[in-house]
Amino acid sequence: MAFFLETLLGGLMAGMLYSLVALGFVLIFKASGVFNFAQGAMVLFAALTMARFAEWFPMWTGIDNQLVANMVAFVMAGVVMFVVAWLIEFLVLRHLVNQEGATLLMATLGITYFLEGLGQTIFGSDIYKIDVGMPKEPVFVLESVFEGGVLVNQEDVIAAVIAAALVALLSVFFQKTVTGRALRAVADDHQAAQSIGIPLNRIWVIVWCVAGVVALVAGMIWGSKLGVQFSLATVALRALPVVILGGLTSVPGAIIGGLVIGVGEKLSEVFLGPYVGGGIEIWFAYVLALVFLLFRPQGLFGEKIIDRV
Amino acid sequence: MKQRPLGDVILDVQNISLSFGGVKALTDISFNVREHEIRAIIGPNGAGKSSMLNCINGVYTPQHGTITFRGQTFHHMNSRQVAEMGVARTFQNLALFKGMSVLDNIMSGRNLKIRSNLLLQALRIGPAEREEIRHREYVERIIDFLEIQAHRKTPVGQLPYGLQKRVDLGRALAMEPQVLLLDEPMAGMNVEEKQDMCRFILDINDEFGTTVVLIEHDMGVVMDISDRVVVLDYGKKIGDGTPDEVRNNPEVISAYLGTSH
Repeated sequence: MAFFLETLLGGLMAGMLYSLVALGFVLIFKASGVFNFAQGAMVLFAALTMARFAEWFPMWTGIDNQLVANMVAFVMAGVVMFVVAWLIEFLVLRHLVNQEGATLLMATLGITYFLEGLGQTIFGSDIYKIDVGMPKEPVFVLESVFEGGVLVNQEDVIAAVIAAALVALLSVFFQKTVTGRALRAVADDHQAAQSIGIPLNRIWVIVWCVAGVVALVAGMIWGSKLGVQFSLATVALRALPVVILGGLTSVPGAIIGGLVIGVGEKLSEVFLGPYVGGGIEIWFAYVLALVFLLFRPQGLFGEKIIDRV
Repeated sequence: MKQRPLGDVILDVQNISLSFGGVKALTDISFNVREHEIRAIIGPNGAGKSSMLNCINGVYTPQHGTITFRGQTFHHMNSRQVAEMGVARTFQNLALFKGMSVLDNIMSGRNLKIRSNLLLQALRIGPAEREEIRHREYVERIIDFLEIQAHRKTPVGQLPYGLQKRVDLGRALAMEPQVLLLDEPMAGMNVEEKQDMCRFILDINDEFGTTVVLIEHDMGVVMDISDRVVVLDYGKKIGDGTPDEVRNNPEVISAYLGTSH
């Protein structure tokens, strides 16, 4: 039982991290109808910026305080992501208003490769580390209930709390504020949004900034777990099944989709693995996504696709 | 008959020409709209009616001509500017925010008017809350007026077509416009829905004194509710005047009925 709980918790934590990346996809899709393939590259770029600034700051200023360095690096990375968002809008999106979804998707593919290349040109292509001082040692909890207790990774718990806070913040922003309403309006219909005086360009900058901040948080957490390296850009591919499962237009969907996939991966690996030879973790999410595409293409929480003939 | 007499010219369109490549959508169109008036633009399919509206609304930029709104002259309009000056519009092919509820759709029409700070809105405190309530009250009045109370929380995409048209109108009304541009408000409706829509347009004009510029394909309805009518055909103005004058204009008759050559 304790072992099952441990596996379950491990899955939930891994799922939370997927959710964080998936959230970036959902935000941009919700607000601009663009499937942003570049989300993974943005995670990498943000993480690289933060890792390098945390390293450079003490060198430049001589202030050798890890907390200060991390905070400065976080803010700097935020500023950089803002500039990236603004440039993407100014150089790419502005010229593609009212274009087909496929055109926009291709544009974000281009942005992906550009950002990956640019990030490594500016910041180097070694493996860097982000150390925000998260406790690494696992602890045992619930020792009174189970013999030996349940092993929990503290770092994961903190990551989950940060992710949950971010999601709560975003939900309030989208549902309760005028800007949030404007974002949803732009997502549904560009022309109508313009007719009621919503400036498309500014809205797009805001969305990409928000997605940039989400990428930064995801990059920080993933980076501190795995190290900041090129492979971080591929976490986006791990998050694709999550958005298919949860629905491309749903913030709660991204969270629950992430959790389902995280838990499913771990449980199937541990409990089914011995019978089918293991390695389930690698393909489980994609097969699940495939099943969803066949039977429920809008995902668990997505808006139902109704087409009038 | 009318509660408010027609006022001064509020919108004056001078010598507008618009072409897309070699296609001339509009050629040298001039007309004006007076305050509190219901002004119709009619014409057969492809006459350039929607293009005209899109020029006023800032979606298209005409190659020639000027548009004067409340004494300010523009060569071309910009959508946001137009919205800020108090011009609202509805769409021929519905352009609603389909995933959002009726209430949210109409509330979005108030976006430009909401001034409070983002953080206060998120926390729902103090002035932001009072402001939200004030706007909500206004929106509720519109919902009552359009008789869509029962659908307040329904996602717009699930409503029948006739009601979606009303929501589109409601969103435009929420902007408290001085000039309301209606692009074929009665297209695709049955007789009963058309009558309802006519009633709404007349009431808006009467009660709020809103100036209405409306495009219609169908002559019948327009003649009953408009004060003055502009007739376009192949991008040219072929008639302008009261419904009676227009009805007896030989050029208009031939455009609609065809002439033997």
